[in-house]
Amino acid sequence: MTQSKERWGSRIGLVLAMAGNAVGLGNFLRFPAQAAQNGGGAFIIPYLISFLLMGIPLLYIEWAIGRHGGKYGHHSTPGMFDVMGKSRLLKYIGVFGLFTNLGIAAYYCYIESWTLSYVFHSITGTFFDIKPTDFFPKYLGLHEDSIFAIPPEAAFWFILTLCLNVWILSKGLAKGIELAAKIGMPLLLLFGVVLVIKGLTLDTSSPGVIESPLSGLNFVWEPNFSGLTNPTTWLAAAGQIFFTLSVGMGSIHCYAAYVKEKQDIALNASSAGWMNEFVEVVLGGSILIPIATAYLGLSVVQAATIGGSGFGLGFLTLPTLFNNWGWFAPIAGAMWFGLLFFAGITSSLAMGQPILAFFKDEMKISHQKSALIFGAATLLLGFICVWLYPGGAFDEFDFWTGTFSLVIFALLETLVFAFVFGMDKGWDEITRGADMAVPKIFKYFIKYITPFFITVIFVGSIIKPSTDWITAFSSLFNGDGWPFAADSLVGVIFHLGVEKYVWFENGEPTREFVKDGTRILLLLVFATFSYLVHKAWVTKRNENGGNYK
Amino acid sequence: MSMPAVIMMLCSWSIIIFFTLKFFIKVIKTPQKEE
Repeated sequence: MTQSKERWGSRIGLVLAMAGNAVGLGNFLRFPAQAAQNGGGAFIIPYLISFLLMGIPLLYIEWAIGRHGGKYGHHSTPGMFDVMGKSRLLKYIGVFGLFTNLGIAAYYCYIESWTLSYVFHSITGTFFDIKPTDFFPKYLGLHEDSIFAIPPEAAFWFILTLCLNVWILSKGLAKGIELAAKIGMPLLLLFGVVLVIKGLTLDTSSPGVIESPLSGLNFVWEPNFSGLTNPTTWLAAAGQIFFTLSVGMGSIHCYAAYVKEKQDIALNASSAGWMNEFVEVVLGGSILIPIATAYLGLSVVQAATIGGSGFGLGFLTLPTLFNNWGWFAPIAGAMWFGLLFFAGITSSLAMGQPILAFFKDEMKISHQKSALIFGAATLLLGFICVWLYPGGAFDEFDFWTGTFSLVIFALLETLVFAFVFGMDKGWDEITRGADMAVPKIFKYFIKYITPFFITVIFVGSIIKPSTDWITAFSSLFNGDGWPFAADSLVGVIFHLGVEKYVWFENGEPTREFVKDGTRILLLLVFATFSYLVHKAWVTKRNENGGNYK
Repeated sequence: MSMPAVIMMLCSWSIIIFFTLKFFIKVIKTPQKEE
């Protein structure tokens, strides 16, 4: 049994880093739009039920797997899964925890770089002179009908963001990640509170305000209880909980692996999880939509959030609306995008650490070099996202690594934890050293309810209909077939909704070529990690005279 | 804001703020065990 010397510097640092890992851009841009479009105030009922039955159990599972693996000197998921059972194949399930983190980091660091650049442009007053709706396409280097983009400024900010991530990671756990969380999380909360107060106290006599911001808050919270009988609302709520907690990635496991064997994980996990909920529901639900409603009116905001995303409002609309705030406009812009940047970087660091830990623990590469390998791999894959952004590479990364892979990994880890590692051993692992009484009912949630919830999300994403579920079943029973949505797994695989499926047209590659090429690339990334895991274990076995599993 | 919206918002906020503070205060107050 090996013991890593690297540890968290303090308990608060660990909880803030874990909360920072969970708090991301989706807390501010996705949650309010999802809530408003899926039953308003009624959305919170399935949302909190999903948190209780799936979110908290998954947090306990991942913290327990992580601390258990850390006991054996493993800080990335292949090693952690390897010590959970006798099968040699278990470590390959852990490959998901490397693949997902690297794949998400590639495009997530790109979005994170936009927020850093927007902080700069807010302070320098760029958005007084040019509308964000004109600025953003130029910034991304978008040209009509072209699937390629060479954006020098966006590339500069991307590389700068990546360098910042690598630099913090190279500083180590306590002096890098923990310090960043201790600075970033309080600032994020401060900026959030200031923007909530400023936004909600706008009155209709203020310049530019056409409607009370409370109408926006009402839009988020007005309960539509009939939505509770619609499976779409439940799937949306369960999906939101799943993605907001950063479960199914391998990053929680990694951070928990640096906790000592007899130290608490249950209270830490609960605290970090609820802190994420505070940021998402209380702050995230009270900034974007109320401010946008005050200046644009409710009908515009309703139309802008119809797809369940507040991305357009956050990046394209809000910077202009801040201009109504006079001298405070640059500060408000810097706070809004600064808040998003802190939310982003505390998450991207959590994506980097498992990759770094894999190379350090299993491949015996130095800490600094491992950080650089993560930076180089993210740059390489991120370049594809930057260059082929208009061709759809970015969306492919998001779908396969940020959605599909997470759900698969979460389902597999729950099954391994409950049925391979064993629920009794698992429960001992969760409760050992706990500084709180963990309700025993979670033992049964983990074994039966959580896998069921994740399976429902997974099946839901495979067969998501283009209509509502009731209409889709009617269509099936009437013999008209199942109306797969274009963004269902089946729809994505078979390019549903694409008028002409060809790789080349007039000698030029098409968007479908870029999409399929990106999928092949991602498969190669997964295969490469699998090979590295295989190679690392063969080396260990040779070093241990054939005794290493 | 309508009364149902206010009730839903305040109930949700109360639950979330209660548990966030409850656990975070306990984290601050309970020293980490040393082995």
